[in-house]
Amino acid sequence: MLFQKEEYIYAVARIRCKESKLLSNKNIEQLISMKDSQSVERYLRDMGWGNSADLSDKDILFSEQEGLWSLMKELVGDLSAFDFLRVQNDFHNIKAAVKAIYTDTSAEHLFLSGGVFESDVIYNSIKNKDYSSLPEFIAATAQEAMGVILKTGDGQLCDALIDKACLTYVGAFAKTADNELIRKYCELFTASGNIKIAVRCARLKKSADFVFRCMADCDSLNIKTMSVAAAKGFDEICNYLLTTDYKNAVVHIKDSLSAFEKWCDNFIMDLMRSQKSDPFSIGPLVAYIIAKQTEIKAVRLILTAKNNSLPDSVIRERIREMYV
Amino acid sequence: MSGLFLAILGAAFATFMAGIGSSIGVGKAGVAAAGVLSEEPSLFSKVLILMLLPATQGIYGLLVAFLTLQAVGVIGEPVGDISVAKGALYLAASLPIAFSGLISAIHQGKCSVAGINTVSKKPDQMGKALIIPAMVETYAILALLISILAINGIKVLAI
Repeated sequence: MLFQKEEYIYAVARIRCKESKLLSNKNIEQLISMKDSQSVERYLRDMGWGNSADLSDKDILFSEQEGLWSLMKELVGDLSAFDFLRVQNDFHNIKAAVKAIYTDTSAEHLFLSGGVFESDVIYNSIKNKDYSSLPEFIAATAQEAMGVILKTGDGQLCDALIDKACLTYVGAFAKTADNELIRKYCELFTASGNIKIAVRCARLKKSADFVFRCMADCDSLNIKTMSVAAAKGFDEICNYLLTTDYKNAVVHIKDSLSAFEKWCDNFIMDLMRSQKSDPFSIGPLVAYIIAKQTEIKAVRLILTAKNNSLPDSVIRERIREMYV
Repeated sequence: MSGLFLAILGAAFATFMAGIGSSIGVGKAGVAAAGVLSEEPSLFSKVLILMLLPATQGIYGLLVAFLTLQAVGVIGEPVGDISVAKGALYLAASLPIAFSGLISAIHQGKCSVAGINTVSKKPDQMGKALIIPAMVETYAILALLISILAINGIKVLAI
């Protein structure tokens, strides 16, 4: 213990400086109160967002996202430690690519950056049926999803398959990660994904077998019990969850799935705050990535709402807790 | 084995063990300081103080080594033959600062890293950030005190 390896001292010290520039709940409240999207953009530019005055609001968000990953690359070199976060974008891009190829439309505007693979690589691999440039788990998922959509034309089934692959990947990451924060995040991500699947399937009156096949293995939930509960109905899911670590989530699930998603995001943010006092591990870097992504999502929501003249109350209802 | 050899071994222990601790402590704090300075160069003076805190154990080790060498006549006035028993006592006298210096410097380095993190976010909290690693210093000072008292005591023993 005296001579333990501490690889992240430099990175965490830099991240602490960056954290002081993150938007706080107070800053977000100021953005919500602004009268239009131009005022929001001006405020963001004053806070150092975007590297050019000519950038559109979409470009500002993109440059922040790109800046986040290029900073991480600079700090740690190998980004594979963050694959549990990045791969979520890859699975999203598989969904977009499969549907775009099936409907013969452009998916350019649907792709997300910040994945392990470039969206072009995923798109071209699926289109040309040449999966050699993708790792086995992504290639198998993309191939199966394309096969399902071509055979059944069922986009939901295709999404369910890709979601399960994503949950399985992140869940497996929880079992191998060295860092406790990463393990907790991955476990919560998989469990919350399973809960959402169970609730949706209960509403669609799917069979226990179908629900079970859609869910991914996780330690904090018994997916067999939950799939049986989902087949019996929504109340049975809530009764089961009351016996698990997620009993506090039940009241939010009863409200709506989006309220549950907000509870999950705020729960994750609480988890991340524990990293504010850790100067040595990868935890503060993970916390910063999640904090920055939450911030970017919040700004995107505010800009979209302002551009569509939505009331402030609608934004406040959806906005998540910030890290600082 | 002569008494002089044991005494010099003690002086060497005090120097290199406390020195190793300080170099590890300052190294860790230095890495954190470099991280902060790459973002906020204006914090140089603040992070420098925090970074140098774990360096003191190395100086304490050096001081004990000097006193030992002086006591056995390697530097300064010659003192004649040193018995094996006296040499062993000088070796024992150097151990408090050797071990305490090694361990306290490493832990002080960790506290300094945490303090540098605090200052990078809240520069106005420099005073508090400085006090926390300084608490670790107490135990190095206690060890230094015992080593110095022991060396001075052994010097006048007729063995």
